[in-house]
Amino acid sequence: MGICTEMFLTFAKIGSFTLGGGYAMVQIMEKEVVDKKHWLDKEEFMDTLVVAQSTPGLFAIDMASHIGFKLRGVKGGIVGALAVALPSIISILLIAMFFQSFKNNIYVEKIFMGVRPCVVALILAPCFSMAKKAKLNKYNWWIPLVCALLIVALGVSPIWCILAAGVGGFIYGQLTK
Amino acid sequence: MIFLQLFYVFSKIGIFNFGGGYAMLSLIQDEVVNKYHWLTVKEFTDIVAVSQSTPGPIGINCATYTGYTAVIHAGFPVWAAVLGAVLASLSVIWLPFILMVSISRFLIKHGRSKVSNDIFGSLRPTIVGLLLAAALMLMSKENFGSPTESPFVFTLSVVIFLFAFVGTRLYKIHPILMILLCGLVGLMVY
Repeated sequence: MGICTEMFLTFAKIGSFTLGGGYAMVQIMEKEVVDKKHWLDKEEFMDTLVVAQSTPGLFAIDMASHIGFKLRGVKGGIVGALAVALPSIISILLIAMFFQSFKNNIYVEKIFMGVRPCVVALILAPCFSMAKKAKLNKYNWWIPLVCALLIVALGVSPIWCILAAGVGGFIYGQLTK
Repeated sequence: MIFLQLFYVFSKIGIFNFGGGYAMLSLIQDEVVNKYHWLTVKEFTDIVAVSQSTPGPIGINCATYTGYTAVIHAGFPVWAAVLGAVLASLSVIWLPFILMVSISRFLIKHGRSKVSNDIFGSLRPTIVGLLLAAALMLMSKENFGSPTESPFVFTLSVVIFLFAFVGTRLYKIHPILMILLCGLVGLMVY
């Protein structure tokens, strides 16, 4: 089996068995890529994590393309990224087709009436753990609040907040050098 | 036209997404619900629930679902909708992929710099804000019911919300289990 086939199968497996998004994937990925296949050692894996966290794009896709790129260049990167995404695309497509014909079903609507408030809570909950990871302190606690206020109350696009934060951080860094 | 729009919007969402799937939600919501009206607030919340309980990154899930639904709503047949779903999903990936490969190249050589630390130092708190905004904007009449028109639905929704928040934050109940539980409550009570 060529390394690209092996990589495709491994990442497709990682893509199919991780529920609930990117960060849940890390543990499984580490097990497969570091412990089983020895494609990276533990430190390289941690470095990859940092890069994936600090670049735009989906975390899991970033990880897969970086690891693929390290092993087999651009071709490896493409194989890795597509393999992680494929199970997700296929399963949602099936659900979308199914959902279009069932969403007006009274029982489905009842279930989702219960689920919707739960989802809002699930989105709010990681705010607090992320606040810790983002190293919020008495100097920067206003940043998330102002940003949320701009988006919700004034309808500012989140893209502007991201751009402003990037430029602001750069200028602040230059001034405090 | 709809295909071009999907490509443009999801490429934009892909490149401006820092900090993982959840942070992406407010971007997706802004474009897909507020600007292009491809999905309603309800549909958007539903797809987040579905994404949580299906494999794969949440951003890809949202893109696939939105691509499919938007094309169907525009009056195209199913095969075109499948095409739209695949197009939207790949649009999210391609720009970050190119960037990631270039950065990998650079970082393998040079390591991290002070400038990148400065920029990410202020980006991280912003991402917390994006997440907060996504949650706030979903606290709507569509998702919770109205306190005057349907007080029962509203009250129960608030209870479910608090229960889910406390359950996942303090008692570390798995999100998928939480969604199933709340779905069951909805099915039995409403």
